[in-house]
Amino acid sequence: MSLSPENQDTVEASPFGKSGLDRRTMLRRAAAASLVAVPGLGLLDACATGGSGGSTPTSGGGAKSKDNPLGVDPKAPLEVIIFAGGYKDKYATDIHVPMYKKAFPNADVKESSTQEISTTLQPRFSGGTPPDVVDNSGTKSMDFGTLVDGGQLQDLTELWDAPSVDDANKKVRDTIQAGTIEIGLYSGKPFVFNYVSTVYGLWYNAKLWASKGWQPASTWTDFVALLDKIKGAGITPIGYAGANASYYMYRVILTSAAKIGGADLLKSIDNLEANAWTNDAVHKAAEAWGSLSKYSDKSFLGLKHTEVQLKQNQDKVAIYPSGNWLESEQKDNTPATFEYAMMPEPAVTTSDKLPATSLYLAAGEPFFVSAKGKNPKGGMEYFRRMLSKEGAQGFTKTTGSLTVVMGASEGLDLPPGLKSSSKAAAAAGSNSFYYLFDSWYNDTLEKELRSATNELFYQGGNADKFVARMQKKADAIKADSSIKKFTR
Amino acid sequence: MRHGRYRFVASFLAVPLVLYTVFVVSPYAQAFYIALTSWNGFTAPKYVGFANFTKMFHDDLFWKAVQHNLFLLIALPLVTVVIALFLSFMLNVAGRSRGGVRTGVWGSKFYRVVFFFPQLLALAIIGVLFQQIMRPDESGAINGPLHLIGIGPVGFLTNPTIAMWSLVGVLVWQAVGFYVVLFSAGMSNIPQEIYEAADLDGAGRFNMFFRVTLPLLFDTIQVAWVYLGIAAFDAFALVQVLTVEQGGPDGATTVLANEVFKHYLRQAGYAAAIGVALFFLTLTFAALTIRLSRRERIDF
Repeated sequence: MSLSPENQDTVEASPFGKSGLDRRTMLRRAAAASLVAVPGLGLLDACATGGSGGSTPTSGGGAKSKDNPLGVDPKAPLEVIIFAGGYKDKYATDIHVPMYKKAFPNADVKESSTQEISTTLQPRFSGGTPPDVVDNSGTKSMDFGTLVDGGQLQDLTELWDAPSVDDANKKVRDTIQAGTIEIGLYSGKPFVFNYVSTVYGLWYNAKLWASKGWQPASTWTDFVALLDKIKGAGITPIGYAGANASYYMYRVILTSAAKIGGADLLKSIDNLEANAWTNDAVHKAAEAWGSLSKYSDKSFLGLKHTEVQLKQNQDKVAIYPSGNWLESEQKDNTPATFEYAMMPEPAVTTSDKLPATSLYLAAGEPFFVSAKGKNPKGGMEYFRRMLSKEGAQGFTKTTGSLTVVMGASEGLDLPPGLKSSSKAAAAAGSNSFYYLFDSWYNDTLEKELRSATNELFYQGGNADKFVARMQKKADAIKADSSIKKFTR
Repeated sequence: MRHGRYRFVASFLAVPLVLYTVFVVSPYAQAFYIALTSWNGFTAPKYVGFANFTKMFHDDLFWKAVQHNLFLLIALPLVTVVIALFLSFMLNVAGRSRGGVRTGVWGSKFYRVVFFFPQLLALAIIGVLFQQIMRPDESGAINGPLHLIGIGPVGFLTNPTIAMWSLVGVLVWQAVGFYVVLFSAGMSNIPQEIYEAADLDGAGRFNMFFRVTLPLLFDTIQVAWVYLGIAAFDAFALVQVLTVEQGGPDGATTVLANEVFKHYLRQAGYAAAIGVALFFLTLTFAALTIRLSRRERIDF
């Protein structure tokens, strides 16, 4: 009857260079791809399942040298696709692509951006003509599990072992935040490169809190007392957007679970182990956070993240769970009376295994190089330049977010929220953790957890139902042989 | 030269037939094959027999989606047709008879244009629009005024028991204008003499509608019913844009097309199986409608 938004072709021509990928070239290429993929087959055989053969890299590489340790062919073109989400794509067009072009002046680098990675790119992967570098992020990202399964991703071991741009005596792997490579491991191989260092916690308005005399709490009793005080002041103490961002809240619940029962608990959840969800620590965390629903507003179930975040900027919501991109995301809506600050989730019990300062710290914004692309070596070289101090500082300056490159933000004047979150991360030290099931089982376990979290917090659910429901789903996934499994 | 004429006709049909085969028949056929495989879109599909269908029959969300589609199938045509019939009767027949010609109520020309407006908006836009209208806090267009007079916020999209009705409301709002036009056209085909005769016999508006307009409009209503039934099997765009968590809360508004969409990226085989189920449901509906609505035509 009418257009659905999913059908829109959202690839934008890049402002960079004259050869930006426009719609017409896309179509022409797609047509060419389907012709190449299925030569001489009958009509009915020209089917969706036919084009997975893929092509082999056409650029074997050039000579290795000090400035070119990976042996990139200096003339080979490179195609980069950036997810135009909260970070936009200015960091690529203004910083990283020019850096690459400076190193390889004869290479033709094409950059384009889209908000719908899978809609735009999946046909190209199925058809065997993938772009070289992909920033696979956002709600419409492609599933890494299936990409790995299809042999689409380039093993990045060579990149991690290559010398760093800034110091030839150091390997790239030694210049980045611990856990960065590990989080990109699939079946034991480093396929994915996560560029952004993301700290998660509870965000509040430092200026408002200072004027009211409210202090961040580290124990549960103090936290509940704080919520009472905020409620007394006529402000909704805590809330998240149920319509599309309940994963901000389940991260909080699982962070508390990890604090109570130790970080290995998240590993057992990732590995779909028996009773990983019905574990006492998860139950306690769900019970604690579920009991706070009276400090929230049930109508938030129908709101989107931007709407709740705006309410926080208007001081109608005091505490909002999110990651440290929040400050730059809300830049245009933040009044002068608002100053972002972050606190870690308070300790739920008095006998938590991890300290209250521990937090969820993850390398995010996953990039990969296509193994079946035309220039995989160039893609890795592009990453190596991104991981230089110059590349990392450029990213932080344009996006207001930190990268995994250690010490790259030194000397930069960071905005207050970012400063507060990097301080919290420093206080956490090695007590940080993450989970991966949300990307491994994105259409199954993750969606169930979103609904279960909304039920727990906004629809009168309880911890018993929450853990039983999640365990049931995890068990079902484990028993389903058609779903590819991962372990870490 | 009969022979030459066939060739002429065939040459016209060839292009659409090829296009139809390539873009309609072939994807359908492939979906049937994919439904029997385990395939994620990247590797070669693996034949698994009816495993996807077994899984589907044990999937709670699939059954929820089927229920919602069936609910739409009954509610959407019923509500839309009733409202559209009422409105088009008011616009065309219900007014005073002027010189033997029946007209609509005062201002009917203006209303006719207004009723058609929603039809001009894309469903995606309507989705975004109604998100703000049905917003569950005091910023919502409905909940705002309710808040002022002290009535608690109504969770149009967040309350699982209301959410599906809200969806029907939006679909009806969007569809009604088109069917008003359709029925108006049908009504203008009914000869004035019949109305005149009924008028002379002393029929009021009520009898006029139920004994004259409705029976003579049956063919048009039947067409409307089929169109709306097909729309009820879709509803994808609106669910995707408007509802909480795209089919929520907790699967309270999901429809089959949404389940297909949710799974096609990671479990294309499973998505195809749901698609096949949708195909047979639509086919059954079409066959039933054609069978049940067989009726003698009244020519006038």
